[in-house]
Amino acid sequence: MTLRLASIIRKEFIQILRDPRTLIMTLIMPIMQLFLLGYAATTDIKNIPIAVWDQSRSPQSRALLDAFRSANYFTIEYEVGSQQDIRTLIEDGKIRAALIIPPDYSQQLIENDAQVLVILDGSDATSGSTALSASQLIGQAYATKIMTEDASRLGRGSAVAPPVQFLTQVWYNPDLVSAYFMIPAVIGIILYVISTMLTATTIVRERERGTIEQLIVTPIRSWELVVGKILPYVVLAFLDTFEVLILGHYWFGVPVRGSLALILETSGLLLLSSLGIGLFASTVANTQQEAMLTVWMTLLPSIFLSGFFFPLEAMPPFLQAFAYIIPLRYYLIVIRALLIKGVGASSIQGEIIALAVFGIIIMGIASLRFRKRLD
Amino acid sequence: MSDAVVRVENLTRRFGEFIAVDHVNFEVNAGEVVGYLGPNGSGKTTTIRMLLGLLAPSDGKATVLGFDAFRQSEEVRARAGYMSQKFALYDDLTVMENLVFYGGVYGIRDKGRIRETIELVGLNGHESTLTRSLSAGWRQRLALGIAVVHQPKLLFLDEPTSGVDPTARRAFWDLIYNMAESGVTILVTTHYMDEAEYCERVGMMRDGKLLAMDTPSKLKETVVPGDVWEVFAEPLQNGLAALHGVNGVLRVGLAGDHLRTITERGKKKEDLQKVLKDRGVNVSNVLAGEPTLEDVFLSLAR
Repeated sequence: MTLRLASIIRKEFIQILRDPRTLIMTLIMPIMQLFLLGYAATTDIKNIPIAVWDQSRSPQSRALLDAFRSANYFTIEYEVGSQQDIRTLIEDGKIRAALIIPPDYSQQLIENDAQVLVILDGSDATSGSTALSASQLIGQAYATKIMTEDASRLGRGSAVAPPVQFLTQVWYNPDLVSAYFMIPAVIGIILYVISTMLTATTIVRERERGTIEQLIVTPIRSWELVVGKILPYVVLAFLDTFEVLILGHYWFGVPVRGSLALILETSGLLLLSSLGIGLFASTVANTQQEAMLTVWMTLLPSIFLSGFFFPLEAMPPFLQAFAYIIPLRYYLIVIRALLIKGVGASSIQGEIIALAVFGIIIMGIASLRFRKRLD
Repeated sequence: MSDAVVRVENLTRRFGEFIAVDHVNFEVNAGEVVGYLGPNGSGKTTTIRMLLGLLAPSDGKATVLGFDAFRQSEEVRARAGYMSQKFALYDDLTVMENLVFYGGVYGIRDKGRIRETIELVGLNGHESTLTRSLSAGWRQRLALGIAVVHQPKLLFLDEPTSGVDPTARRAFWDLIYNMAESGVTILVTTHYMDEAEYCERVGMMRDGKLLAMDTPSKLKETVVPGDVWEVFAEPLQNGLAALHGVNGVLRVGLAGDHLRTITERGKKKEDLQKVLKDRGVNVSNVLAGEPTLEDVFLSLAR
């Protein structure tokens, strides 16, 4: 390493350490984001409050309610006596669903023509659809159970079993915990946001204070200036990555199944893009505010089109096409696959190549723009 | 070949329609202290930035230490020192850390050289002070230290005394002379007329044009178009009005407790006294005055 490069790295570290507020922000912010997104951004719905209008009050209807209770999806909060009661409870937001069992339920069962009604509050689409599929699942399982019981009682064995049975197995994340899906993505977002922002502001700060002019008239090479200024922030970004990885693993129980080396290597490739964007922003901005705005303009589309919050498959085709030029999108695929599936490099080859290509292109353009000149 | 350290030919810089530097020509010889005088926005800083390759010239060329200022700017920068008007220091570093950093960037490992620089600019005892808490005068010294840490043969100082009190300004010029004596060539910009008097040669800049460049005494001799008189009279305002527009009086103005006027050569003290007496102004004294660089500048700028 040249003395020039070492000098600038040393100076940058002194400045980072002498500004404890920024340093603490940089180290605390990811933890806050992790907890927010790990807990708040979850689509796992449990214990949906429901009301029951059991007009049958028979052993058979109680058995059905037990099936609902044992499934964990619902808690029976109210037992009511009219449809009006249900309406009031839904309107007051006390319940999200209701179950109505008709008076002649046990008689209908004997005639093999029993019907129960499930009412759902569709105003919250997410919990509504979860409740819908959960109630259908419980209902079907219960119906099958009654059928097999009847059949065995009549000594007909399995003759009445349904002609096709769908068996489902969920791999990698059997309980479909959304934290498993979210936390790897949080790592990506944090790595990306922090490295972009810090790079843009650290270089623009030199311009704001006028020190860039003094630096330019020294024999320092452009690449030494760029590398020396960025490297300390790469170290910080990796510290953050480890922080989130460790917390995600030990607190949220997210598995780390893939190779740690591969995780670091692919993160490094993402950094090429994010540092490049930060560097680019620093060449077009004159003040730290301008740099922040420029960075935000690229960050928002990156985050929304990365598949972080919303699955890309659900987006209109032109947005899906646009998402192909978002490096973060490839990284999220890579990091999710590495952590949760524990795949090797060959399974995510395409994404790794895309990350490398985008990284080199973005960094290349930004470096070419970053000249030791004022105009 | 002359021993010009800086040679500027038709140097021009446009920013869109605005011409910041307009076909400027001059030379600076080895060991000289040359001043570049002009109001803010007259193109002094832009000129220096082009000499260091910080800005590309729109036209013309500049040779510094034998190198093309723009195409071989790295060669120039390694050998020249530059102190910008912003005093480009890191506020959150100490005096020592600033010097060690810039020293390192110039490839200086030798702690002795850093020590020497601290002593040269008189910052002993302030090594571990945070730059943020230094006064303007001390910041100026540190900025100079940074500009000379690599012992350049040529030094560009851009408004080095702006915002600094008169005592510190005087002390700073002593430092500049010490450096000039040790053989360093210095090009210094200023908008203080009195500072320009300290320079061996002075260039006068206005609206991007270099109006003249010569020794202060030559400039006064050749540029000022007449004789200077200091007129002590009562009441001053009436005297001012009386001399205005009189044939042969080129310029008249208030100068503290008296009037200062420039007349065509050949006018006599008695002529002035007569004009004033005729208008009822009480004249106590009329002395022959010395032209100043301000007179030169005003004459050139007309």
